[in-house]
Parts: sequence; C-alpha cells; structure tokens
Amino acid sequence: MYTQAMDLAPKEERKAVRSAEEAMLEARFEARIDAGEFIEAKDWMPEHYRRTLVRQISQHAHSEIVGMLPEGNWITRAPTLARKAILLAKVQDEGGHGLYLYAAAETLGTRRDEMVAALHGGKAKYSSIFNYPTLSWADVGVIGWLVDGAAIMNQVPLTRCSYAPYARAMVRICREESFHQRQGFDSLLAMMQGGTDEQRAMVQDAVDRWWWPSLMMFGPPDGQSTHGAQSARWGIKRFSNDELRQKFVDAAAEQAKVLGVTLPDPLLKWNEARGHHDFGPIDWSEFQRVVAGHGPCNRERLAARVKAWEEGAWVREAALAHARKRALGEKAA
Amino acid sequence: MTMSDEWPLWEVFVRPKAGLDHRHCGSLHAADAKMALELAREVYTRRQEGVSLWVVRSSDITASDPGDKDMYFDPMADKVYRHPTFYQLPDAVDHM
Repeated sequence: MYTQAMDLAPKEERKAVRSAEEAMLEARFEARIDAGEFIEAKDWMPEHYRRTLVRQISQHAHSEIVGMLPEGNWITRAPTLARKAILLAKVQDEGGHGLYLYAAAETLGTRRDEMVAALHGGKAKYSSIFNYPTLSWADVGVIGWLVDGAAIMNQVPLTRCSYAPYARAMVRICREESFHQRQGFDSLLAMMQGGTDEQRAMVQDAVDRWWWPSLMMFGPPDGQSTHGAQSARWGIKRFSNDELRQKFVDAAAEQAKVLGVTLPDPLLKWNEARGHHDFGPIDWSEFQRVVAGHGPCNRERLAARVKAWEEGAWVREAALAHARKRALGEKAA
Repeated sequence: MTMSDEWPLWEVFVRPKAGLDHRHCGSLHAADAKMALELAREVYTRRQEGVSLWVVRSSDITASDPGDKDMYFDPMADKVYRHPTFYQLPDAVDHM
C-alpha cells in the first residue's frame, strides 16, 4: 500500500548559507544524481534530501502498518477457509512491507521508536485511504483491486529511486504487491460471476465507495503538489501525480468492464484524441478533510495502533530482559 | 518503555538456494539472536526465498568508509593486466 501524504507536509526551507566544502559536496552529490547513480546510506547527502526521504519512507511505512487494520477487520469473517488464508497472507505482507520500509528509513539515522512516536502522536501522516471503513466482504476485494492497484502504480517507479535502500525495499514490495491486486480481482470476479444478485450489488456498492478515495491516493493535482519538482529531480518521484492517476484510470476502466461493474463517474469516457479516458473532477475538499484527521475512521485507526503498541510494551520489555539474562548466563559459564 | 530500550538491530543474510552465497537482504529489530532468526524467517522468506539464514548484530559489522572509496578501490583501476582479456593471443590458442 502507499502514502501520498508526503506531498502535504509543509515545505522546508533550504539553508541559504553554506560553507565552501558543503557546496562542493552538494555539487558532487547533484552530479551523481544527474548521472543516475544510487545513493547509499553512508554516502554524503544534503540535509534536505535526508529529511525528505525520512518523511516519505516513514510515512510509507506507517501506511503499510495502518493499512493492516481495514482488512484485518475481515480475517475472522472471510467467507471460506481459502479466502481467509489468502487474506491472512496479504495482511502479513503489509506488516512485512512496513518493516522493510522502517528499516530503510532507519538507515538514514532515524530511530524506529522515534518514527512510531511520531505516528502515535499524530505528527506523522499515513495514507488517507485507510481512514475509510470496510463495511462488507466486497470491500476486501475492492481494496485489493483498486487501492493496491493504485499503490502499485505509485510504487513501481520508486524501485528506481535514487536512495538505494528505499529502492531495494520497493523491489521486494512490488513483487509481493502484485499478488494483492490479483487476489482482490479474483475475489470480486467470483462474486460477480458466480454470486447472487445481492452479492453483485455488494461489489458495486464497494466500488462506489472506494473509487474516488482511490483516485485521491495519487495526491493533489500537479500544480498544487509542494514537493513534486525537487522530488522528481532526486528521482524520489519519477512521474507526476496526474500522470499516474491517468494511467490508473485507463487501466481500471477496462478492468471494470471485465468485472461487470460501473465506475461511479458519469463523466468517465474514452477520449480518442487524447488516447486516454476523461474523468470527472475530484472532490479535494473531502481529501483535505480526511488528511486533516476528520475522515470516517481516523481516530479509530490511530487508537488501534496506540493500543497495540501500549499493550505490547510488556512483551518488548520481557524479551529484552530475557535476552540480557541469557547473555549474562553465557558470560558466567 | 524508554527510547534506549529499543531492541537491537540485526542484519539478515539469505542463501537463496544451495550452491549460492548468502546475500544481505535487509535488517530487523530483535531482542536476541534466536528471535532475530525467527523474525527473519517471517519477514524475509515468506515465499521460499531462501534455504538458509544468517543474522548478525548490525553493531558487530565493520565497514569500509564510503569517504575512502577512491583511496581504497581506485588503485585497481590501472591494473588491467589482472584481467585475462589484457592478453592478446593468437586465434589458435585464444580459448585459453
């Protein structure tokens, strides 16, 4: 899954005054970026690059972890044992993705517990998509198809981003994410083709609710995206929000036909001249509301994370105490 | 739990299949080596990515300094005679 929130943090001022040495290091860094080289953890990098990456990667990690909640909601209620096993594997993957990403962010010198504290304190954002509820089993399929589909479009370019530990984590994530989208589509197909009218209506209802929030996952329109230009230069971002959104709409419009559902946009139409689908305006005020903390589930999601962290404290402490005791025992022996 | 009580960091190495080297694949936090191995299995080999795992405390790794990269590795750049392709041999024996 994915975060778009990186585009929403306040723009940080770049330091105006730099020493001669710093200017030289920065010129060398920029030359490496321009040559398409990868930057490794211990390489010199400008502070602004480091901060941008920490914010983006940690928010991406938070999104994976919070993203376990909406679907985790259905594990005990999956309709068959096979679907339950699949959903368990998927939710476990999301947890794994969060861990790869936290580890990548830690290579930049930020501690894991600082990042977790920023999430729990409400300072760090996660993808606003996870602040919507999963009301029926069809939501699980639609999340796979649309939400993970949008995430893949966003994430594939990141496998070539300039910061190597992030790029490597993204390679692994993208390899696994494809299963997420396919299992979702497969589950929806089963309902649409082999299901009852009621089940088909359930799928359509889920599509109606998730379509617009999925389009918002690509972030604000290009003109309003605060970090776009700098991030593009650094190869942290290789396609603009609007380019990726268009690509997603084009793909989803065709997939919807195969599925037999209608996308809830009366203006959605193939435009022969553009070679793309036209689509209706996005309600950005809703997006801003959800990002600001007023979505349907913001409080519930954060409360669930904080509760899990606090109730797990004794386990973390006990494991550490046990490890210390054993280490002492080995020394004594 | 205070900040200093974070579980230590471990580096994970996976051998993809018999006959290949262990390769670094990422890191994770764990209280001790046994837990690091168990977590490495869950985090890095959910799809049979490996047949063997190594875990090493990150703090136990000594690494070369990227700042010394040129000094360390560039002296080999002008030693082309270390490569077999440096030697031009007659066609009759060039498969050597």
